[in-house]
Amino acid sequence: MSDTNKEVLLQVDGLKQHFPIKGSHNVIRAVDGISFDLYKGETLGLVGESGCGKSTTVRAIDQLYKPTAGNVIFEGVNLADLKKNPLIAARKNMQMVFQDPYGSLNPRMTVSQIIAEPLLIYSQRKIINMTKEEISKRVDELMEIVGLSRFFKNRYPHEFSGGQKQRIGIGRALALNPKLLLLDEPVSALDVSIQAQVLNLLNDLQKEFGLTYLFIAHDLAVVEHISDRIAVMYLGIIAELSSSKDLYAEPMHPYTQALLSAVPIPDPKIERNRERIVLEGDVPSPDTERVGCYFCDRCPKRMEKCKTNIPELKVVKGDHQVACFLYE
Amino acid sequence: MNTILEVKDLQTYFRTDAGIVKAVDGVSFRLDKGETLGIVGESGSGKSVTNMSIMRLIPTPPGKIVGGEILLDGENILEMNEKELSKIRGNRISMIFQDPMTALNPYLKISTQLIETIRLHQGLDKIEARKKAIEMLKLVGIPAAERRIDAYPHQFSGGMRQRVMIAIALSCNPEVLIADEPTTALDVTIQAQILDLIKDLSLKLNTAVIMITHDLGVVAGMCDNVCVMYAGRIVERAPVDDLFESPKHPYTNGLIQSIPRLDEKSSDRLYSIDGQPPNVIDLPECCPFHPRCEKAMDVCSSKYPPVVELEGKRTVACWLYEEKN
Repeated sequence: MSDTNKEVLLQVDGLKQHFPIKGSHNVIRAVDGISFDLYKGETLGLVGESGCGKSTTVRAIDQLYKPTAGNVIFEGVNLADLKKNPLIAARKNMQMVFQDPYGSLNPRMTVSQIIAEPLLIYSQRKIINMTKEEISKRVDELMEIVGLSRFFKNRYPHEFSGGQKQRIGIGRALALNPKLLLLDEPVSALDVSIQAQVLNLLNDLQKEFGLTYLFIAHDLAVVEHISDRIAVMYLGIIAELSSSKDLYAEPMHPYTQALLSAVPIPDPKIERNRERIVLEGDVPSPDTERVGCYFCDRCPKRMEKCKTNIPELKVVKGDHQVACFLYE
Repeated sequence: MNTILEVKDLQTYFRTDAGIVKAVDGVSFRLDKGETLGIVGESGSGKSVTNMSIMRLIPTPPGKIVGGEILLDGENILEMNEKELSKIRGNRISMIFQDPMTALNPYLKISTQLIETIRLHQGLDKIEARKKAIEMLKLVGIPAAERRIDAYPHQFSGGMRQRVMIAIALSCNPEVLIADEPTTALDVTIQAQILDLIKDLSLKLNTAVIMITHDLGVVAGMCDNVCVMYAGRIVERAPVDDLFESPKHPYTNGLIQSIPRLDEKSSDRLYSIDGQPPNVIDLPECCPFHPRCEKAMDVCSSKYPPVVELEGKRTVACWLYEEKN
């Protein structure tokens, strides 16, 4: 992607998503104020460990939860302000693919019913105009696009393997010709050899249809492979955001450094000579409001001011953004 | 000899309505004292069933060990009765499971679970056993072990629970530790801690480790030797360096090439193995990989390839290497 013609497709601004805890005044701060722009045609990877708020971010963008605060501006419209009907219309161009290919397909529907469902719903609501024959033709077309034989269209999900189920999920997401796909760990339930097939499929689809991806994964190697830019999340905030090349060549945030050094590399000679940054302790609970840096309890480079001040995500070099006082 | 565990031609089948599932079909390997052996393969390849068979934990019916020998220091585990087995399980061979939450009893304190194991196998009294339990928790890096020992499993995080599991597994100084995907449920930074711990302790206590995993990165960092499994058989066995440097079996090669790597910028497309892993029900007597293999020949679809010994303690089950022998 060249820098000159960047067109913002999705703008997330100060997004917060808190969940109440029963019987307590505290809230779980799953997403605690994040902002980023997503450009047309790019893939932005969202990485972080479990509980860091990756999935919640994506769901809040899709308005599956009502965000606590912040704006989600998609194609110039703030989704957070919309009522039900205009929201459904606006969401046509933003579709989701889920992690669990077993859980996200209705076991009592056939493949063609599953893929046709978004088309039917939007037809019934008169947002698109398609006849039954057109829908059936479109289903055949979609099955071919995702690499499934159209002769399988009357089969049920349990008759497919994990990788094939994920292809069905991708087919369903593509049905309405969306501009943006929100991919929530789409390959983490798959075996290595199948994972490569699905990643290649996603790559081909992006080129063919000019799609934009927001791609969540906890596997950093997968994210690096597929993303143009990467945002590293920790405890509900973005710790670092940069092009995928820069992030791996020169990680700046101490958390990113530790995260990258912990990823096993499938080469025994490299593995033996690697220096690991092993972090102390576990991720703290997100149920209290932070007064200092979100990472400061575990940070090997913490300073006095990290305990009482929250570093903002700032551009440090080029388009490399870091939330850390080391770079001020 | 230096061999602690030897598995010879192990066959474990499951009877199902759809037919006989040959989950493990003729697996043989040797484990030396202090060695770390990796067993890799995709889901359904028979990794876990192999190790459940070693522990004699296969539910019968529907499962049955129909053939082979498992020799622990020369004694055949498959011929032992329950009493003899309970002397081995947890004492000489121990196991860590993938999900530490389901492997620990949520109703019992950690202390109860640790002390039970130690008393059962080592005949210590309660006070001594508790001392030993605290010592083990310290060894696996649980802070404030004296206090934390009386906590319940839910009061620990995932990584801490896995440490507790390791403490229980190693409390009786087993000769063999079977780690079945010990870090799959954990985050990468915690995974690094746990792998380091297993590595350190196995060196310190001279325990042989069988590391079951689907993650080739974990294998590269942990293991001395590796067995690659596919459809219930070992298709290749090699020292870890050789395996990654020059994989011989087309499946191993495909597997190594199809993972995206952090340390090198890969091209747009990943190498991928076409097709799906086979259904292990009623597999024909031929190479199970041949429908997906780039180098398949006529013979591959009619006969199972022999296990060929190669230089440098490697074996491979593939027709490509047959004539060179």
